[in-house]
Parts: sequence; C-alpha cells; structure tokens
Amino acid sequence: MAQIHTNQTLSVNLPQVLVLGPPSIFRIYEKHLSQKFMLLKPWESPIPLEEFLSIHAQNTTAVLTSSVVAYLSSALRLLPSVRLVVTSSVGPDHIDLKECRRRGISVAYASSVFSADVADLAVGLWVDVLRKISAANCFLKTGLWPVKGDYPLATKLGGKRVGIIGLGRIGQEVAKRLEAFGCKISYQSREKKPSVSYPFYTDVCELASNSDVLIICCALNDQTYHLINREVLQALGRQGVIINAARGAIIDEKALVQFLQEGKIAGAGLDVFEHEPNVPEELLELDNVVFSPHSAVFTEESCKDLYDLVVGNLEAFFSNKPLLSPVQFDDFMR
Amino acid sequence: MESIGVLMICPMNSYLEQELDKRFKLFRYWNIPQTQQFLKENSNSIRAVVGNSMAGADAQLIESLPKLEIVSSFSVGLDKIDLNKCKEKGIRVTNTPDVLTEDVADLAIGLMLAVLRRLCECDRYVRKGLWKTGDFKLTTKFTGKSVGIIGLGRIGTAIAKRAEAFDCPISYYSRSEKADTNYKYYPSVIDLASNCQILVVACSLTPETRHIINREVIDALGPKGVLINIGRGPHVDEAELLSALVEGRLGGAGLDVFENEPEAPEELFGLDNVVLLPHVGSGTIETRTAMADLVLGNLEAHFLNKPLLTPVV
Repeated sequence: MAQIHTNQTLSVNLPQVLVLGPPSIFRIYEKHLSQKFMLLKPWESPIPLEEFLSIHAQNTTAVLTSSVVAYLSSALRLLPSVRLVVTSSVGPDHIDLKECRRRGISVAYASSVFSADVADLAVGLWVDVLRKISAANCFLKTGLWPVKGDYPLATKLGGKRVGIIGLGRIGQEVAKRLEAFGCKISYQSREKKPSVSYPFYTDVCELASNSDVLIICCALNDQTYHLINREVLQALGRQGVIINAARGAIIDEKALVQFLQEGKIAGAGLDVFEHEPNVPEELLELDNVVFSPHSAVFTEESCKDLYDLVVGNLEAFFSNKPLLSPVQFDDFMR
Repeated sequence: MESIGVLMICPMNSYLEQELDKRFKLFRYWNIPQTQQFLKENSNSIRAVVGNSMAGADAQLIESLPKLEIVSSFSVGLDKIDLNKCKEKGIRVTNTPDVLTEDVADLAIGLMLAVLRRLCECDRYVRKGLWKTGDFKLTTKFTGKSVGIIGLGRIGTAIAKRAEAFDCPISYYSRSEKADTNYKYYPSVIDLASNCQILVVACSLTPETRHIINREVIDALGPKGVLINIGRGPHVDEAELLSALVEGRLGGAGLDVFENEPEAPEELFGLDNVVLLPHVGSGTIETRTAMADLVLGNLEAHFLNKPLLTPVV
C-alpha cells in the first residue's frame, strides 16, 4: 500500500506532457522520459483521441509531437491550456505556426541537432548516385563481377557545380563538405547571405541552369511547395542530378518520375517522398536513383542529442526559463 | 610510330586500346592463346608494355622482351611491376599519379558514409518494399568520427582534407612523420588503429606493407571500428578480416579492393555493415580518360626522345 502511494505521489509531482505520434525518440528513450515527466499517451488508451484530449485539456500545457502527426492542428484546438509544443523534427511544417503565434503558444524544435547528419546524408546520396556505390555494391554482392567483368564507369564529383536550395544551417554544412571535394557552390535562398561568398541566385531555374546537381536544403512551406517543377528540372538538364533530404513535397514528384523515366535528368538521390512510406514504383526500376527511407536524422548519436534537447526544452518550460531551441516564427513564416 | 610494338597486358579501357591501336602496333596479350610461342615470335618488336592494377610486367615477362624500353602503367600503383628489374635493365616506368587522386579520395569518403549510414542497405530496404513495414534502424553518425589514415601521400592527404570538412579529427601512420602537417602522427599502425574509429588504407603496396592490416590491427580497431581499403587487396589479411567481420569483432568495412580480384569473399555478401565495390576507385569517365591520355603521352614522349610526363623509374 505504502509503495503504491509513493508511486502515485511521484507521478503527480512530475510535470505533465501530452505525447502525440509518438516521436521516434520514444523507441529508445520512453523510459527515461517517463522518469522526468508524466506522459499522457493517447495511443495507450482505449477511448477515442478527442475524448482523451477533452479529459486532459485543462491540465495540458505542454505537447510533445513528432512530425508525422497530421492531426496536430485539430488536437491543439481541443487543448485551450497549451503553452508549448515541442516537436522532434527540424521542419515545423506540420505545425500551424500562425495559429500558435496567435494563441501565444511557443514552439520548440530540433534546431541544429540534425544539421550534420542531414548534410552527411545529402552528400552521401550524391556520392552514391554519381559513383554508383549502391548499384556497384549490389552488382558485386550478387556475384556479377567475375561474370560480367568491370563495372561501367561512373561520374567524377570534383569540379561539379553544386546548386544548394536553402542556405540555412543544413545548406551551409552541405556546402562546407562539398567544397572539400573540389565542387563549386552556388545557392538560392529567400535572401542573400552576407556572410558567405558563394554566388547567389534569386531564381531556382537560373540556379538549375548553372548547376550539375541541385541539393534541396530548404524548409517546406507555401512558397516551397513543388518548388522543383518541370521548368526547374528542364533547366537542370540531362546531365543534372537532384538530391532531396528535405521534404518530399518540395518536388513535383510526378514530374520528377517522368523526367527520370525519360532520361531528361541524369539521376536522383531521395530520402523523402510526397506519400511516404510509398515511393513511386516506376523509380524502382531505375539504377540511377538511390533511395533512403526518410532516415536523414536517424543516427544513434542524433537520437541521444535530440532526447537531451527535448528534455532540456521541456525542463526549461516547466521552470519558466528560456527555451533552448525556440522556433523564431519570422524565420519560417512569410 | 606505327611499327613500334606495344604489348597491352589486359583489357582496361577501350579509348586507350583504340588509341594504342591507331598510333602503334598493338598486341593484345589477353587474346593470345600460346603466350610463349607469341613471345618467341614477336619479342623483338615489342618496345613497350601497358599494364594496370591487375597485371603489369613481372621479371619473367621483362626477361622475355629483350627490346623492352618502357612500361607505362594505367594505374598509380606499381605493385605489379618489377621495378628493380626495370632499373637493372634501364627500362623506363611511368604511372598515372594526380589525375586519379580526387576520385579515389571521393570514393574513400563515399565508402565511409555508405558503411556508417548504411546507404546501400537503406536503398535496398526501400526497393524491397520494407519501408512500408516500418522505419529503418538507427545508423551511425559520420561527422566527428576520428579518421586514421595509413599513408599520407597524395591520396591520403586528399582523404584527410575531405574528412576534415566533416569535422573528423585526423591522425595518420606513415614510414616517417611529415613535417608539413598538423595531423597527429602515430609511429605504428596498431597505435593508429587503437586511436581512431575509421581506419583507411591509402599507402602503396610493397613487400613491407603486405598484410599491414593483420589480426592485431583489426583487434585494435575493434567492434566499433570501421576499415576502409582503397589501396590494394593484399594490404589486408583477408582471412582475418573475414572472420573478424563475421564474428562481430570489427564494426564494419568498406572495401574497393581484394586479394584475388574479381573474386571477393562470399561470406561478406550478406553483411549489412560491409560495402563491397568492384575496384572502382578511379572508375569515372573523366579520370580514366585522363589516365589513358597520360599513358599515351608518356609513350609518345619516350619514343620522341622527350622528357617523360610521369616517370617513376
């Protein structure tokens, strides 16, 4: 009896956090989080979500969400007391930032925790596409080397013109890495960055015409939805490659499929898609496409860093201290 | 120069082959059924040999070509050429340095990313429809990992420069410490392996560096360590590497070269922490063309009594 009483007391003293998703850090860190916060986990309850939210609405001031919660906006509408939304992603495109700003809800995100990992993956995908690493590994492991002889020649990276779309933290990490490979960097961004000397383009098509590869490093919002369309792909050209480790919807996927099928661009490295986890079947037949299952941020190290950041943000909130990684609304909304 | 006999040891590049055919009297060694007979009949007209990383000019071949003046290798590695024999007989030797440095270094980094971030496995995961059943597992971050380089020559230096852009601390082992670098030097390969997470072989293959990666070095690198080999297969004791990977005593490997190409150890085919490539280090259209031009340029320079472009001997 005494033991149960103690446990109940402990739980009541822990700050309450409503969890939606759940975010991927739960895979490893659920127990750790439960020791610091009283977690409300709607998916463990038999009652419908709306009812669950209504029951806890008054006491719920903090929400922890992943990026795949499409119903986040409707959930927040049922939670009048929320003051903080912590998302485990870098891209806050699943959050109605306008509404959060209006309601005075702070949003904390993954900030620069993943920048290096995403940059590493974007670079890795491009090296793979150009040097045919996955294809050649497959060729060898299916026993074809002694049978078919030398693998077909690939394409050199050095000297290639890299067009980065979005020169935020991730874009700058990509640029830094590829400069060391002897590539020439240019970029398109909402505004020119005075601190960098790379050539700046206001127009994505013009960037594409002057690039051998386009690497998408921008956020998904109203302005960037289907930013990469037929016109841009046409400008990129037959020798051009596109790398996307940002959001699937930045590319007009139907157009991309057509261009790849018809050989109108040379290849693609894709970590994200418009309808994950579904990928266009037509692309599976092409060996100049390298796929990745939205795994740009999923390394053990980043998971730990993200956990530390999520906890840090929640603890800061509950002790009325400044958030560690607040979303600056102006950066994401225009 | 069309009467000058050039012996090409094996198929290596169709552009090179065509050009050699145009400019010289080309003999294709791999098409010859009775090599001893052929050599008896044609050795007096053969003044040049063109080899590559697979086959070059050993003592026996050199002895059987009394008019041999130059061996031009379609590679930077010289392990298939008996250099001492060439020196003894006054035979010139050229290779293809510099033009392939960047490609090989790019591939070394590509292998590191492919192994740590499981690029090939992820590609396979999506292609087989497994993403619909759930997310891929967590992989290992590459940025910031310590990289140890064996051999800080042209290729080793290029690898270091690239890895630095990923914030990787760089250390190296070389026959002697280099004065003009800030990278940390270790006086033995085992010391290097004990102090890095990713170990790259980037030195030339000589009798001294054969099996430079042995059991002790593999143990020092350990279950979280990754071995990258863009040098030569015989740099690594392949049997030891195999058992270490299969038993989980080594964290992973990215290999572009093997002891007995084009054979590669089948036991490694099913391991998701191992990326295997069919010796493609310099295998880009641009670089192979540049290498071919160097071979041709060296041969022409020699037969026109001009200074060789990239002489070794």
